[in-house]
Amino acid sequence: MSQTKDSQRPHHSFAWRLFHFLGTMELAITLLITLAIASVIGTVLQQNQPYPDYVIKFGPFWFEVFESLGLYDVYSALWFLIILTLLVMSTSVCVIRHAPSMFKDMFNLRTNVQLKSLRSMHHRAEWLENAETNVTAANLQSFFKTKGFRTRLTEKGDDTLISAMRGGMNRLGYILTHVAIIVICVGGLMDSNLPLKLAEWQGRLEIETQNLPLSQIPQESRLPVGSQAFRGSVSIPEGRSSEVVYLPMRDGYLVQKLPFTIAVDEFRIEHYATGQPKSFESDLKVYDPDLAEPITTTISVNHPLIHKGYAIYQASFGDGGSELALEAWPLFADQGDAVTVETKVFETREMRWGEQQMLLEMTGFRPFNINPDPTEDDPKNVRNYGPSIQFKLRRETGEAFEYENYMYPVEREGREFFLSGVRSSPAEEFAYLYIPADENGELAGFIQFLQNINDKQRVEQIATQMKNETLLSLQTEDDQVLGQSLQKTLVTLVDMFIRGGFGEVRDFIEQTLPETERDSLAPAYLAMLREMLGRLYFEGLDLAADEMVDESELVFMQDAIDAIGTLPRYGSPVYLALKDYTHIESTGLQIARSPGKSVVYLGCAFLIAGVFLLFYLPQRRFWMWLKKDNQQTRVYLAGMSNRNPREFDSFFEQTRAELKAQAGNSVKS
Amino acid sequence: MTANITTQNSDKSLLVTWLWRVLMALSAIGIISFYLEVLDVYEISIIILTAISMAYLGQDWPGFRWHAVAVAILSVFAVSLYGSDLNQSDSNFWLNYLLASQSAFMWMSALFVMATVTYFAGTLFRSDFTEKVGTALTWAATTMGMIGLMVRWRESYLLGADIGHIPVSNLYEVFILFSVVTALLYLFYERRYETRSLGGFILLIITAAVVFQLWYTFERNAHEIEPLVPALQSYWMKIHVPANFIGYGAFAMAAMIGVAYILVSWRQQKQGDSAWLRAMPSLHLMDDLMYKTIALGFAFFTLATILGALWAAEAWGGYWSWDPKETWALIVWLNYAAWLHMRMTKGWNGVPMAWWALIGLFVTLFAFLGVNMFLSGLHSYGTL
Ligand code: HEM
Repeated sequence: MSQTKDSQRPHHSFAWRLFHFLGTMELAITLLITLAIASVIGTVLQQNQPYPDYVIKFGPFWFEVFESLGLYDVYSALWFLIILTLLVMSTSVCVIRHAPSMFKDMFNLRTNVQLKSLRSMHHRAEWLENAETNVTAANLQSFFKTKGFRTRLTEKGDDTLISAMRGGMNRLGYILTHVAIIVICVGGLMDSNLPLKLAEWQGRLEIETQNLPLSQIPQESRLPVGSQAFRGSVSIPEGRSSEVVYLPMRDGYLVQKLPFTIAVDEFRIEHYATGQPKSFESDLKVYDPDLAEPITTTISVNHPLIHKGYAIYQASFGDGGSELALEAWPLFADQGDAVTVETKVFETREMRWGEQQMLLEMTGFRPFNINPDPTEDDPKNVRNYGPSIQFKLRRETGEAFEYENYMYPVEREGREFFLSGVRSSPAEEFAYLYIPADENGELAGFIQFLQNINDKQRVEQIATQMKNETLLSLQTEDDQVLGQSLQKTLVTLVDMFIRGGFGEVRDFIEQTLPETERDSLAPAYLAMLREMLGRLYFEGLDLAADEMVDESELVFMQDAIDAIGTLPRYGSPVYLALKDYTHIESTGLQIARSPGKSVVYLGCAFLIAGVFLLFYLPQRRFWMWLKKDNQQTRVYLAGMSNRNPREFDSFFEQTRAELKAQAGNSVKS
Repeated sequence: MTANITTQNSDKSLLVTWLWRVLMALSAIGIISFYLEVLDVYEISIIILTAISMAYLGQDWPGFRWHAVAVAILSVFAVSLYGSDLNQSDSNFWLNYLLASQSAFMWMSALFVMATVTYFAGTLFRSDFTEKVGTALTWAATTMGMIGLMVRWRESYLLGADIGHIPVSNLYEVFILFSVVTALLYLFYERRYETRSLGGFILLIITAAVVFQLWYTFERNAHEIEPLVPALQSYWMKIHVPANFIGYGAFAMAAMIGVAYILVSWRQQKQGDSAWLRAMPSLHLMDDLMYKTIALGFAFFTLATILGALWAAEAWGGYWSWDPKETWALIVWLNYAAWLHMRMTKGWNGVPMAWWALIGLFVTLFAFLGVNMFLSGLHSYGTL
């Protein structure tokens, strides 16, 4: 008993069951959806950013968690590749299982049908033809042939069966569509950096994470010329050349040697009349030892150069070490002119300001900035903000502020300001210092005022003046005590203002005045400070005694006071302005070798052909069973289609009508 | 006797078909020889392919023939009114009130909204005539939209020879393309299946697009013609974008049929029978149409994604970079692949598939809009 039961339920090996499982539709659909959901991650979290950015974003704990999950490069994470592999395996199994029957279905005219099954089909008809069976058969066959059907005649005892089929290629569509998925994934694999990862895993390669000059990059991080796939980039300044390209890997890179040298003559950006960029182009010379002459060509976006299977694309551009002459204006000194500093983009140099030792790291330069106002959120207000420089000032403690200075002033309510952005980390937005431009549109007016305020002697002098006037107005000229304390207060107020702006003054009031007097005294203190600042300003102007001060002077002064009030938070003892420059650009090239590309394209061709065949070439079959009926022939017609049932309804009706019309008479359905 | 009439009819329609084909061939030849100096071989191929597809579409679709002829005549008229002076759009009566691209788009918007209302009214009051007016309005709207695109194409060249480009390059332009393509797809199926009572539903999503479009115009001045960034200066754009929008349009249509399906089956369960239910197509037919439109969308979306990959290989140095837009295209594609399998091999149908089609629309919408709004990547043109 038990034996028969066992033999009825066949034992399958593990391999067989695995194979079966891989081919199930449930798995296929689950994988499709899982892959879709997994893909979302990489679009929400920006991929392949510098690792410090992620640390800033997520904090050290989550940074590590996400890193171990491979979320910074999801699409080459192990678990993602496993899902892909499973999908490819599932599709392969599916094709292997279905292909044989599909092939058969493509050509098989199904001649082994029975009359009974024909008469039970949904689409059927029958009638009597006024002709011998063989004549009828010939007529029917030629009718279907003209309609593009393949036909076959089979003798069924005394009867005759004609089978007809059109659109057998629909089944080829199935095979092509599914094979395409496999082919595309194989091609993609050929172009992936999986071999590099493997080599790294085995310890044959080491990812370089530091920013080293090429000559210092160790051998373990270099790849020789070979036939492997890669995709990397390199930035080459005008007038220089490169024979390597850098492949980004996780938080570092590898160096790939090229079998030729690429020299850049010139990089150009052309602009539309509106200022938007119109084209990015590089004039290249490619020196290949195999060629007698170098290749001289110009590449641009959408027009790469392809040489020996290496494709060279215009991808980006940047500064190639522009030479800059800067003016450094002291912000906390009582006199002195700007100091000229000669430097280059990407150069780091030491600077000394009084006691302070600092490193000036030039990080960027742009010869013009045709863009929206950087301080506003209005994308339409586009104009030229002139050249800009980006730099970092690093203190001895190692902390650094980052700056961005624009050379043309921005306009605010009719007044003009020089903009200097500052931030303490790349994660922050720039905060802006607005330095008012003087009546000549220059910095000098502001600097003059600043120096007046910083001039201790002058401050004392004006404080004395003000004290005397006050005592006079109170008619207590000889109150020494009051006079001294007033003078001291005035000087201290200015001092505090220089040290910490209005905020510092307010803190002082909060902390030192008793609460009961605060409300009445605080405005008086602020008024005194303003009066001091005003006098310091006008003192510097050499006005004639009775000259009227015009509105714009007052506004300028107010703006300047606001700016000086924010200087303590500016974090730099100097303001850097650009005096002169020689612009040297570098072109960013992307260089790729993708041996799998033609495989992928073949897969794509399969996919398109397959999908259109599958959807738009329905497979239609007809059968006609011919039975001798005296001198006449009885015709049993049946038909079916594997898709578009609605269209087939009318197609069948039409075919039947045409056949009947051809038969002409004695029609009885 | 009856046989005679049918042959006469088919003789006549055969004649029309041939005339139409000849007209398309002549138009293609005319355009190519007129612009020969500025066209490259790819663009010539695109023109020939367009002519062939139009010849095919028009061979037994009279509405499409009239539409194409009207678009051609009125666009040429508008272009001739412009001459070489863009300012004509303010001074010339015809341009100002009808044919300048902005005016044409306004007409399109108004007509689409009217068509939506009319279709719904026709179904609700069971008036065939009203529904037919809905169809006519939809044709008119589509025609105005297409004219607007054609004229805008010319206007961009009048703005500057180097600025000129086909108007499928930013979010504003593709929204119009979306409305026009979706409407044409619907009109195609409406004629085949006599499904006028679905018109309101499908036009609803077009109306939504139109409302967005108007907001985008008035709030963000998005209608201004902008020059092309270097990455978009390629003939690929001319085929990649339209193929994509046939996909999007078909998916949107499937989703709206899904909505109609869900409503109808819900009302059927609740009250069994009503005038509105009788006016709506059968569940079976809607199910079938939903499948057909998703299949169409899937086919064209596949094509578009592959064209995109070919273009990316040329512009960015790799056929696939896992850029957010690419990845979302893959997500959309996988989603509909799963839908099709469910239906074809598991035989699922009915309400769950209708819901899935509707969810598919949101996935598609994110790929189309959300990526531009929320994510950054290589495709980051046309932000809001
Ligand atoms: C990325 C993977 C796949 C893609 C893109 C894909 C694509 C397609 C498409 C477009 C269709 C046509 C559906 C229709 O007629 O509406 C189809 C049908 C089908 N697929 Fe897949 N497929 C995939 C994987 C699979 C797998 C893994 C299996 C097997 C488990 C499978 C089995 C089938 C079957 C049996 C059909 C029905 C064919 C027919 O009779 O028309 N597919 N597939």
